[in-house]
Amino acid sequence: MDKLQAVRSMTVTMARFTDYISKHLPDDVLARLRQLREAEAAPLAKVVYDAMFENLAKAGELDRPSCQDTGVVQYFIKAGADFPLLSEVREILAEAVVTATRTAPLRHNAVQIFQEKNTGDNTGERIPWIDWEIVPHDPGLTIEVYLAGGGCSLPGQGRTLMPAAGYEGVVQFVFDVMTSYGVNACPPLLVGVGIGGSIEVAASLSKKALFRPLGSSHPDPRAAEMERLMEKGLNELGLGPQGLRGQHSVLGVHLESAARHPSTISVAISVGCWAHRRGTIRINPDMSYEILSHKGATL
Amino acid sequence: MTKTLTTPIRNEDLEQLNAGDIVFLDGYLITCRDVGHRRLIELGMALPVDLKGLAILHAGPIVKPDGEGWQMISIGPTTSMRMESFEKEFIKQTGVKLIVGKGGMGPETVAGCRAHKAVHAVFPGGCAVLAATQVEAIERVEWLDLGMPEALWVCRVKQFGPLIISIDTKGNNLFEQNKAIFNERKGPIVRDISRQVRFIK
Repeated sequence: MDKLQAVRSMTVTMARFTDYISKHLPDDVLARLRQLREAEAAPLAKVVYDAMFENLAKAGELDRPSCQDTGVVQYFIKAGADFPLLSEVREILAEAVVTATRTAPLRHNAVQIFQEKNTGDNTGERIPWIDWEIVPHDPGLTIEVYLAGGGCSLPGQGRTLMPAAGYEGVVQFVFDVMTSYGVNACPPLLVGVGIGGSIEVAASLSKKALFRPLGSSHPDPRAAEMERLMEKGLNELGLGPQGLRGQHSVLGVHLESAARHPSTISVAISVGCWAHRRGTIRINPDMSYEILSHKGATL
Repeated sequence: MTKTLTTPIRNEDLEQLNAGDIVFLDGYLITCRDVGHRRLIELGMALPVDLKGLAILHAGPIVKPDGEGWQMISIGPTTSMRMESFEKEFIKQTGVKLIVGKGGMGPETVAGCRAHKAVHAVFPGGCAVLAATQVEAIERVEWLDLGMPEALWVCRVKQFGPLIISIDTKGNNLFEQNKAIFNERKGPIVRDISRQVRFIK
């Protein structure tokens, strides 16, 4: 395969994968939603869960985006330093977005800042958003595709606390966001919390926390315990599906951390809605691929 | 028994409804969200659709050209709270009777619903294909210059729902009641967790 063919091949793969993610939830999210549905007894909560599952079935059957808000497309890449098409990745992904916008079809969601015009093809200034992490001595590329609607992007916020506020301040912040903005963001939510020494570090980590598989824990035992306590506590609030009250509020709580400055403790929160449209794909140097988030998926 | 509202909706149809009730809609449902509200209320532009007795949906759908017209692919509610600062005046000026969206709205909308006999209801968020299959036809589109999500899509719907009444004509607000419960529960839970995360010593 020459370079041009390789570029074409990866563009087709990423267009189809982006299209696919708008229509199918990842395996771990589906499994958790089934568990949460089982636990509900309240009539309104049951009506909402029934609608959710009927909708997912119809989205698959009719091959349509399960939620109309297919987000501003974002790609979070763990890029092998030896991947052959690193220079081409940005244009490949931009082209993939334009194609998926037509085929899925995705909603037109890229509004240019200042011109305030919708570009109509989901590309725009710095969009699709691409986040890079370089992995040394790796020939492949692992890409997280994320389609987050505006509703679950609205709660996103952060604050830099003084150390006196401590981890207690982190907990208070997360709970305050969840009982205000979280209610309207299509719960049960996946909650990503980032802690670090400055605000952009915390914000970035809070987002990346949303790509961890459900059921995984932070490697530090204290952090894992804090995740568990916050998950249990948030569920005890009983937001229920759509904030209409119920047994659970969250799909999970994922915390990511970076060492902080002695004088600061920054916290940020990002949430994913129940329709957490995340997909993980591994692209090999010969352009073959493996889908890690959706077992048995074919593009 | 499920109740169906049919447009044009009359005040009597809404007066017996209570927050928490479930209804379905037959008739006309027009999408109208951030910029549609801003144009009418802040910029004083006349709405190109007469909403008297009809329903609006806070939504930005995915539509596909279909011959001369359009096909509804995916349509689900967006966060209603973004329209809170406009909605009371919007209800007054348009005579809209049913506002469908996602999540709750605030005291201004409650006041508008009470004064002008209107209700706010939620369609389950993220259930956009379910909703699209309840749209019989897109009859026309206005303000397409705003782009696909913000344009006013005039839809004819059949058994559109479930719609959960969140604000009724009597001043009840389901989400405000729920938020009060969540906030009451929050304090003791946060205190309990805080005792266990005092890692800075």
